[in-house]
Amino acid sequence: MKVLLVDDEKELVTTLAERLSIRGWEAQWATSAEEALDRLHAESFDIAVLDVKMPRVDGLLLKKKMQAICPAMKFIFVTGHGSSQDFQTGASEVGADYYLVKPLNIEKLIAKMNEALQR
Amino acid sequence: MALDARLISPAGLEFFGKVCAAISHDIKNVLAVINENGGLLEDLCHMAEKGRPIDPSRLKRLAGDVRQQVRRADGIISAMNRFAHSADEPSAESDLVELIGLLGLLAKRLAALRGVVIQTPVPSVPVLVTTFPFGLLNLLWICLDCTMTASGSGRTVELIAEKTPDGAVIRFRRLDQIDVALIAAIVLDRTSAMSQALNAAISADERSSELVVRLPKGGSVQPTPA
Repeated sequence: MKVLLVDDEKELVTTLAERLSIRGWEAQWATSAEEALDRLHAESFDIAVLDVKMPRVDGLLLKKKMQAICPAMKFIFVTGHGSSQDFQTGASEVGADYYLVKPLNIEKLIAKMNEALQR
Repeated sequence: MALDARLISPAGLEFFGKVCAAISHDIKNVLAVINENGGLLEDLCHMAEKGRPIDPSRLKRLAGDVRQQVRRADGIISAMNRFAHSADEPSAESDLVELIGLLGLLAKRLAALRGVVIQTPVPSVPVLVTTFPFGLLNLLWICLDCTMTASGSGRTVELIAEKTPDGAVIRFRRLDQIDVALIAAIVLDRTSAMSQALNAAISADERSSELVVRLPKGGSVQPTPA
Protein backbone atom coordinates (compact mmCIF):
# COMPACT_ATOMS: atom_id res chain seq x y z
CA MET A 1 0.00 0.00 0.00
CA LYS A 2 1.19 3.51 -0.80
CA VAL A 3 1.00 6.19 1.85
CA LEU A 4 1.79 9.90 1.58
CA LEU A 5 2.83 11.59 4.84
CA VAL A 6 2.32 15.36 4.96
CA ASP A 7 3.65 17.48 7.83
CA ASP A 8 5.75 20.65 7.94
CA GLU A 9 8.05 18.88 10.41
CA LYS A 10 10.50 17.36 7.93
CA GLU A 11 12.36 15.28 10.52
CA LEU A 12 9.06 13.74 11.59
CA VAL A 13 7.83 12.68 8.14
CA THR A 14 11.21 11.38 6.96
CA THR A 15 11.68 9.19 10.04
CA LEU A 16 8.07 8.02 10.03
CA ALA A 17 8.38 7.15 6.32
CA GLU A 18 11.47 5.07 7.08
CA ARG A 19 9.70 3.24 9.91
CA LEU A 20 6.65 2.52 7.74
CA SER A 21 8.93 1.28 4.95
CA ILE A 22 10.52 -1.18 7.41
CA ARG A 23 6.97 -2.46 8.05
CA GLY A 24 6.29 -3.02 4.36
CA TRP A 25 4.51 0.20 3.40
CA GLU A 26 5.54 2.22 0.36
CA ALA A 27 5.85 5.54 2.18
CA GLN A 28 6.58 8.94 0.71
CA TRP A 29 6.47 12.37 2.29
CA ALA A 30 5.87 16.07 1.69
CA THR A 31 6.41 19.06 3.96
CA SER A 32 3.75 21.38 2.54
CA ALA A 33 0.33 21.22 0.95
CA GLU A 34 1.77 22.44 -2.35
CA GLU A 35 4.39 19.70 -2.39
CA ALA A 36 1.76 17.09 -1.49
CA LEU A 37 -0.49 18.17 -4.36
CA ASP A 38 2.46 18.08 -6.77
CA ARG A 39 3.19 14.50 -5.71
CA LEU A 40 -0.43 13.51 -6.07
CA HIS A 41 -0.54 14.91 -9.60
CA ALA A 42 2.50 12.76 -10.45
CA GLU A 43 1.42 9.46 -8.86
CA SER A 44 -1.43 7.91 -6.91
CA PHE A 45 -1.57 6.95 -3.25
CA ASP A 46 -3.95 4.74 -1.30
CA ILE A 47 -3.92 6.83 1.84
CA ALA A 48 -2.53 10.08 3.23
CA VAL A 49 -1.56 11.01 6.78
CA LEU A 50 -2.05 14.76 7.19
CA ASP A 51 -1.04 17.19 9.91
CA VAL A 52 -4.08 19.29 10.79
CA LYS A 53 -2.20 22.56 11.25
CA MET A 54 0.23 23.46 8.48
CA PRO A 55 1.34 26.79 7.06
CA ARG A 56 -0.91 28.44 4.47
CA VAL A 57 -3.11 25.42 3.66
CA ASP A 58 -4.24 23.38 6.66
CA GLY A 59 -4.88 19.64 6.66
CA LEU A 60 -8.65 19.90 6.28
CA LEU A 61 -8.43 22.08 3.19
CA LEU A 62 -5.63 19.92 1.79
CA LYS A 63 -7.85 16.85 2.18
CA LYS A 64 -10.54 18.50 0.01
CA LYS A 65 -7.97 19.40 -2.64
CA MET A 66 -6.49 15.89 -2.62
CA GLN A 67 -9.92 14.29 -2.81
CA ALA A 68 -10.68 16.36 -5.90
CA ILE A 69 -7.64 14.75 -7.57
CA CYS A 70 -8.03 11.27 -6.11
CA PRO A 71 -11.60 10.65 -4.83
CA ALA A 72 -10.90 7.10 -3.58
CA MET A 73 -8.04 8.15 -1.33
CA LYS A 74 -8.34 7.64 2.43
CA PHE A 75 -7.12 10.06 5.09
CA ILE A 76 -5.78 10.00 8.64
CA PHE A 77 -5.27 13.27 10.53
CA VAL A 78 -2.63 13.90 13.17
CA THR A 79 -2.28 16.86 15.46
CA GLY A 80 -0.04 18.28 18.13
CA HIS A 81 -3.15 19.76 19.78
CA GLY A 82 -2.50 22.00 22.74
CA SER A 83 -5.78 21.52 24.57
CA SER A 84 -8.67 19.12 24.90
CA GLN A 85 -10.86 21.77 23.28
CA ASP A 86 -8.63 21.84 20.19
CA PHE A 87 -8.81 18.06 20.07
CA GLN A 88 -12.61 17.92 20.39
CA THR A 89 -13.07 20.52 17.66
CA GLY A 90 -10.61 18.85 15.33
CA ALA A 91 -11.96 15.37 15.95
CA SER A 92 -15.54 16.38 15.24
CA GLU A 93 -14.49 18.10 12.02
CA VAL A 94 -12.60 15.16 10.55
CA GLY A 95 -14.13 12.18 12.33
CA ALA A 96 -12.56 10.99 15.58
CA ASP A 97 -11.90 7.53 14.11
CA TYR A 98 -9.22 8.95 11.87
CA TYR A 99 -7.66 11.44 14.24
CA LEU A 100 -4.44 10.75 16.13
CA VAL A 101 -2.47 12.89 18.55
CA LYS A 102 1.31 13.42 18.47
CA PRO A 103 3.59 11.84 19.56
CA LEU A 104 2.37 8.97 17.41
CA ASN A 105 2.30 5.30 18.26
CA ILE A 106 3.23 3.67 14.95
CA GLU A 107 1.30 0.48 15.61
CA LYS A 108 -1.84 2.52 16.33
CA LEU A 109 -1.24 4.56 13.18
CA ILE A 110 -0.93 1.40 11.08
CA ALA A 111 -4.09 -0.03 12.69
CA LYS A 112 -5.97 3.17 11.82
CA MET A 113 -4.63 3.14 8.26
CA ASN A 114 -5.70 -0.49 7.78
CA GLU A 115 -9.11 0.27 9.24
CA ALA A 116 -9.57 3.26 6.92
CA LEU A 117 -8.45 1.28 3.88
CA GLN A 118 -10.89 -1.55 4.63
CA ARG A 119 -13.91 0.77 4.76
CA MET B 1 3.45 49.00 42.69
CA ALA B 2 0.13 47.21 42.05
CA LEU B 3 -0.75 45.75 38.68
CA ASP B 4 -3.03 47.93 36.59
CA ALA B 5 -6.26 46.01 35.85
CA ARG B 6 -6.27 47.48 32.34
CA LEU B 7 -3.12 45.45 31.61
CA ILE B 8 -4.42 42.09 32.80
CA SER B 9 -7.74 42.34 31.03
CA PRO B 10 -9.59 39.67 29.02
CA ALA B 11 -7.23 40.65 26.18
CA GLY B 12 -4.27 39.79 28.43
CA LEU B 13 -5.73 36.41 29.27
CA GLU B 14 -6.43 35.73 25.60
CA PHE B 15 -2.83 36.65 24.78
CA PHE B 16 -1.54 34.38 27.55
CA GLY B 17 -3.71 31.52 26.30
CA LYS B 18 -2.66 31.87 22.66
CA VAL B 19 1.02 31.98 23.52
CA CYS B 20 0.74 28.94 25.80
CA ALA B 21 -1.20 27.00 23.14
CA ALA B 22 1.42 27.80 20.49
CA ILE B 23 4.25 26.78 22.83
CA SER B 24 2.56 23.51 23.77
CA HIS B 25 2.04 22.75 20.09
CA ASP B 26 5.72 23.39 19.36
CA ILE B 27 6.81 21.15 22.23
CA LYS B 28 4.44 18.42 21.04
CA ASN B 29 6.14 18.56 17.65
CA VAL B 30 9.58 18.24 19.22
CA LEU B 31 8.40 15.26 21.26
CA ALA B 32 6.88 13.70 18.15
CA VAL B 33 10.21 13.90 16.31
CA ILE B 34 12.18 12.50 19.27
CA ASN B 35 9.57 9.76 19.60
CA GLU B 36 10.04 8.72 15.95
CA ASN B 37 13.83 8.83 16.31
CA GLY B 38 13.58 6.57 19.38
CA GLY B 39 11.19 4.29 17.51
CA LEU B 40 13.54 4.04 14.56
CA LEU B 41 16.40 3.16 16.90
CA GLU B 42 14.26 0.34 18.29
CA ASP B 43 13.43 -0.82 14.77
CA LEU B 44 17.13 -0.89 13.86
CA CYS B 45 17.92 -2.87 17.04
CA HIS B 46 15.20 -5.42 16.21
CA MET B 47 16.63 -5.76 12.72
CA ALA B 48 20.13 -6.21 14.18
CA GLU B 49 18.82 -8.98 16.44
CA LYS B 50 17.62 -10.72 13.29
CA GLY B 51 21.08 -10.49 11.74
CA ARG B 52 21.03 -7.22 9.81
CA PRO B 53 24.01 -5.14 11.00
CA ILE B 54 23.50 -1.55 12.15
CA ASP B 55 25.36 1.10 10.22
CA PRO B 56 27.19 3.23 12.87
CA SER B 57 26.89 6.35 10.71
CA ARG B 58 23.10 5.90 10.73
CA LEU B 59 23.14 5.75 14.54
CA LYS B 60 25.35 8.83 14.67
CA ARG B 61 22.90 10.74 12.46
CA LEU B 62 19.96 9.71 14.64
CA ALA B 63 21.80 10.79 17.79
CA GLY B 64 22.55 14.14 16.14
CA ASP B 65 18.87 14.55 15.21
CA VAL B 66 17.83 13.93 18.82
CA ARG B 67 20.37 16.45 20.11
CA GLN B 68 19.12 18.99 17.59
CA GLN B 69 15.55 18.54 18.83
CA VAL B 70 16.73 18.94 22.42
CA ARG B 71 18.38 22.26 21.44
CA ARG B 72 15.15 23.29 19.74
CA ALA B 73 13.11 22.42 22.84
CA ASP B 74 15.59 24.32 24.98
CA GLY B 75 15.04 27.43 22.84
CA ILE B 76 11.26 27.06 23.13
CA ILE B 77 11.41 26.60 26.90
CA SER B 78 13.80 29.55 27.31
CA ALA B 79 11.36 31.80 25.43
CA MET B 80 8.50 30.43 27.53
CA ASN B 81 10.46 31.18 30.69
CA ARG B 82 11.16 34.76 29.60
CA PHE B 83 7.50 35.17 28.70
CA ALA B 84 6.39 33.83 32.11
CA HIS B 85 8.73 36.23 33.93
CA SER B 86 7.48 39.20 31.89
CA ALA B 87 4.55 39.37 34.34
CA ASP B 88 6.76 39.45 37.44
CA GLU B 89 6.97 43.20 37.89
CA PRO B 90 4.38 45.85 36.97
CA SER B 91 7.23 48.21 36.19
CA ALA B 92 10.67 47.03 35.12
CA GLU B 93 13.50 48.24 32.95
CA SER B 94 13.22 46.33 29.69
CA ASP B 95 15.24 46.22 26.50
CA LEU B 96 12.84 46.74 23.60
CA VAL B 97 15.21 44.98 21.19
CA GLU B 98 15.09 41.86 23.38
CA LEU B 99 11.36 42.23 23.89
CA ILE B 100 10.55 42.32 20.17
CA GLY B 101 12.97 39.40 19.68
CA LEU B 102 10.95 37.45 22.23
CA LEU B 103 7.71 38.51 20.55
CA GLY B 104 9.08 37.20 17.25
CA LEU B 105 9.86 33.82 18.83
CA LEU B 106 6.47 33.57 20.55
CA ALA B 107 4.57 34.48 17.39
CA LYS B 108 6.70 32.44 14.99
CA ARG B 109 4.34 29.47 14.71
CA LEU B 110 1.19 31.54 14.39
CA ALA B 111 2.93 33.60 11.72
CA ALA B 112 4.03 30.46 9.87
CA LEU B 113 0.45 29.16 9.86
CA ARG B 114 -0.55 32.38 8.10
CA GLY B 115 2.40 32.14 5.72
CA VAL B 116 4.00 35.27 7.22
CA VAL B 117 7.66 35.64 8.23
CA ILE B 118 8.52 37.85 11.20
CA GLN B 119 11.89 39.57 11.04
CA THR B 120 13.38 40.97 14.23
CA PRO B 121 16.77 42.62 14.74
CA VAL B 122 19.84 40.84 16.06
CA PRO B 123 20.27 42.17 19.63
CA SER B 124 22.96 44.83 19.63
CA VAL B 125 22.49 48.27 21.18
CA PRO B 126 19.78 48.01 23.85
CA VAL B 127 16.80 50.35 23.81
CA LEU B 128 15.81 50.51 27.45
CA VAL B 129 12.43 51.60 28.72
CA THR B 130 10.68 51.21 32.03
CA THR B 131 7.40 49.48 31.42
CA PHE B 132 5.23 46.50 32.31
CA PRO B 133 6.85 43.93 30.01
CA PHE B 134 3.86 41.56 29.82
CA GLY B 135 1.51 44.44 29.02
CA LEU B 136 3.79 45.81 26.33
CA LEU B 137 4.24 42.34 24.82
CA ASN B 138 0.44 42.04 24.75
CA LEU B 139 0.10 45.39 23.00
CA LEU B 140 2.77 44.52 20.44
CA TRP B 141 1.19 41.08 19.93
CA ILE B 142 -2.10 42.76 18.95
CA CYS B 143 -0.19 45.11 16.62
CA LEU B 144 1.53 42.11 15.05
CA ASP B 145 -1.73 40.17 14.77
CA CYS B 146 -3.37 43.07 12.92
CA THR B 147 -0.39 43.64 10.61
CA MET B 148 -0.15 39.92 9.78
CA THR B 149 -3.88 39.76 9.05
CA ALA B 150 -3.56 42.74 6.73
CA SER B 151 -0.34 41.48 5.12
CA GLY B 152 -1.55 38.01 4.19
CA SER B 153 0.42 34.96 3.11
CA GLY B 154 3.85 35.28 1.57
CA ARG B 155 4.77 38.57 3.25
CA THR B 156 7.45 39.55 5.77
CA VAL B 157 6.72 41.86 8.70
CA GLU B 158 9.80 43.52 10.14
CA LEU B 159 9.99 44.89 13.68
CA ILE B 160 12.58 47.36 14.86
CA ALA B 161 13.09 49.32 18.09
CA GLU B 162 14.83 52.71 18.18
CA LYS B 163 15.66 55.37 20.69
CA THR B 164 14.18 58.77 19.86
CA PRO B 165 14.69 62.21 21.45
CA ASP B 166 11.25 61.78 23.03
CA GLY B 167 11.70 58.25 24.29
CA ALA B 168 11.57 55.10 22.17
CA VAL B 169 9.68 53.77 19.19
CA ILE B 170 8.80 50.35 17.80
CA ARG B 171 8.11 50.18 14.09
CA PHE B 172 6.26 47.47 12.18
CA ARG B 173 7.72 47.73 8.69
CA ARG B 174 7.43 46.33 5.17
CA LEU B 175 3.71 47.03 5.04
CA ASP B 176 3.79 48.42 1.50
CA GLN B 177 0.44 48.58 -0.29
CA ILE B 178 -1.36 48.03 3.00
CA ASP B 179 -3.68 50.57 4.60
CA VAL B 180 -1.58 51.28 7.70
CA ALA B 181 -4.01 53.98 8.87
CA LEU B 182 -6.75 51.35 8.99
CA ILE B 183 -4.46 48.95 10.90
CA ALA B 184 -3.64 51.70 13.41
CA ALA B 185 -7.36 52.43 13.87
CA ILE B 186 -8.12 48.74 14.49
CA VAL B 187 -5.22 48.39 16.93
CA LEU B 188 -6.34 51.53 18.79
CA ASP B 189 -9.86 50.17 19.01
CA ARG B 190 -8.62 46.87 20.45
CA THR B 191 -6.10 48.37 22.85
CA SER B 192 -7.30 51.77 23.99
CA ALA B 193 -7.22 51.07 27.76
CA MET B 194 -4.02 49.05 27.46
CA SER B 195 -2.24 51.74 25.43
CA GLN B 196 -3.30 54.39 27.90
CA ALA B 197 -2.04 52.35 30.86
CA LEU B 198 1.29 51.77 29.12
CA ASN B 199 1.54 55.40 28.03
CA ALA B 200 1.92 54.17 24.47
CA ALA B 201 0.84 56.07 21.36
CA ILE B 202 -0.09 54.13 18.26
CA SER B 203 -0.06 55.74 14.85
CA ALA B 204 0.40 55.09 11.16
CA ASP B 205 3.30 56.50 9.15
CA GLU B 206 1.69 56.39 5.74
CA ARG B 207 4.74 57.78 3.95
CA SER B 208 6.94 54.87 5.00
CA SER B 209 4.07 52.37 5.34
CA GLU B 210 4.76 51.65 8.99
CA LEU B 211 2.71 51.04 12.09
CA VAL B 212 4.38 52.95 14.90
CA VAL B 213 4.21 52.47 18.68
CA ARG B 214 5.74 55.37 20.62
CA LEU B 215 6.76 55.06 24.22
CA PRO B 216 7.39 58.65 25.31
CA LYS B 217 9.95 60.02 27.69
CA GLY B 218 8.52 60.54 31.13
CA GLY B 219 5.57 58.61 32.47
CA SER B 220 6.47 54.93 32.50
CA VAL B 221 9.26 55.27 29.95
CA GLN B 222 12.88 56.06 30.52
CA PRO B 223 15.26 56.10 27.56
CA THR B 224 18.71 54.57 27.86
CA PRO B 225 21.23 56.97 29.40
CA ALA B 226 23.80 58.10 26.83
